[in-house]
Amino acid sequence: MRRTFATTGRVLKQVRHDPRTIALMLVVPSLLIGLMAWIFTDTPAFQRIGPSMIALFPFVVMFLVTSIATLRERRSGTLERLLSMPLAKGEFIFGYALAFTLIAIFQTVIASSFAIWVCGLEISGSFWLLFAVAALDALLGISLGLMASAFARTEFQVVQFMPALVIPQFLLAGIILPRQQLPDVLESIGDWLPLSHAIDALSDVAAGTADSSTGFSMLVIVAWIVVALLVGSLTLRRRTA
Amino acid sequence: MNKSACIDVQSLSVKRGKNLVLDQLSFQLEAGKIIGLLGPSGSGKSTLLRSIVGNQIVTSGDVTVLGLPSGSKALRHKVGYMTQAASVYDDLTIRQNVAYFAKILGLPDEEVDRVIQNADLTNQASRLVIDLSGGQRNRVSLAIALLGSPEIVILDEPTVGLDPVLRADLWDLFARLAATGLCLVVSSHVMDEAMRCDQILLLREGRILAQLTPGDLMKRTGAADPETAFLKLIAAGTTKPHAITTPATDAAPRHRASAEKSK
Repeated sequence: MRRTFATTGRVLKQVRHDPRTIALMLVVPSLLIGLMAWIFTDTPAFQRIGPSMIALFPFVVMFLVTSIATLRERRSGTLERLLSMPLAKGEFIFGYALAFTLIAIFQTVIASSFAIWVCGLEISGSFWLLFAVAALDALLGISLGLMASAFARTEFQVVQFMPALVIPQFLLAGIILPRQQLPDVLESIGDWLPLSHAIDALSDVAAGTADSSTGFSMLVIVAWIVVALLVGSLTLRRRTA
Repeated sequence: MNKSACIDVQSLSVKRGKNLVLDQLSFQLEAGKIIGLLGPSGSGKSTLLRSIVGNQIVTSGDVTVLGLPSGSKALRHKVGYMTQAASVYDDLTIRQNVAYFAKILGLPDEEVDRVIQNADLTNQASRLVIDLSGGQRNRVSLAIALLGSPEIVILDEPTVGLDPVLRADLWDLFARLAATGLCLVVSSHVMDEAMRCDQILLLREGRILAQLTPGDLMKRTGAADPETAFLKLIAAGTTKPHAITTPATDAAPRHRASAEKSK
């Protein structure tokens, strides 16, 4: 645990030395939610799309931040140095996950507060459940980002994984067209993708209709997180060619 | 393996893709001496050091460190390793870098101060690494490798890009470290640095050209300087000595460039 927390502290210190990144992470989601609200001023659409936006940001931002941060560790040699020391892979991964989850929760609190109190989004369900789902989304982004970084050799490649892994999930999640109206094949693919469940869960919470299917959605997200973390940790090798 | 050997390498081969990077290396190294691993860039120095640390996938052969297979869990507290790229976090201060690795090793704060002092970085300790010169970054990396007084210290080109004064300081530090009885291996592609070592291991194209003392090297070849001695050894041992006569192109300081070998 000591090494996990040391890693979390170190990652947070690194972020603290980069105020512009902090500002971007905390302000950009709110600005985009504000833009959405403005676009849909005279329609009821924001009430439907708003919760999805809250689900989307922690996922996308954490995916990018984690994949690039881990790639930097691999390329700078710090990962090689750490793995020649008594640091377990799990401690490394969970140290990172904890640091970025903390940032994601902070980001979600700001973005959802902005959506609720400035843009007038109505949340009928529990705020705690809202933050819990958003934190899960962040963890999902972190675990997929960690996995993606293993398959990229350069920063250029890792940034390309964002459209490759994130945009299809966004398209099939039911934001653009409800999943029931998609062609059958796409509907069943969309039904198993983690971002669909993240958006479903957050919409349930917002509508105040959270029930056992919300719980199931959260379980699906957890399952994806576990699988992605396992694959990610398998790719952290002490010995490399 | 004789009793005082801290590193024992037997028929070590490493293939990367189709390239044979290390070809059937066998040697033993003793503690308490500065062991210089010398050879031109691309001769396999880093791969050999990584094999000793246990980070390298080895094709065949055995590497035994302090009586244990390299990379053993028990060795992770005992091996200090400085990679060729200064493996430090740019966006942390010197102290934060050292303190993080110290926590991973479970060491107290005094140890952080000690290695920062040892690397002569006390006055800069609160500066961000990204603002440091190349030589200073190298010394941060070195400080981390010395955390916890490891029994084996592996330094991959620690003096690259340093000015002559710093370079001399570092070699003095290495001599003090070796005198404490630890097993110190320092790689370099600067042949002149061979004279600062107690024993040298000459590597070329993945093979050991010679393992001898600097005195023996000069005596055996009758050369005036280590540079020429190395060239003579190659001429005696292979048919294509031209491969290393390319002019220096990498991070070597300009005024020493004539004495350096490179890719």
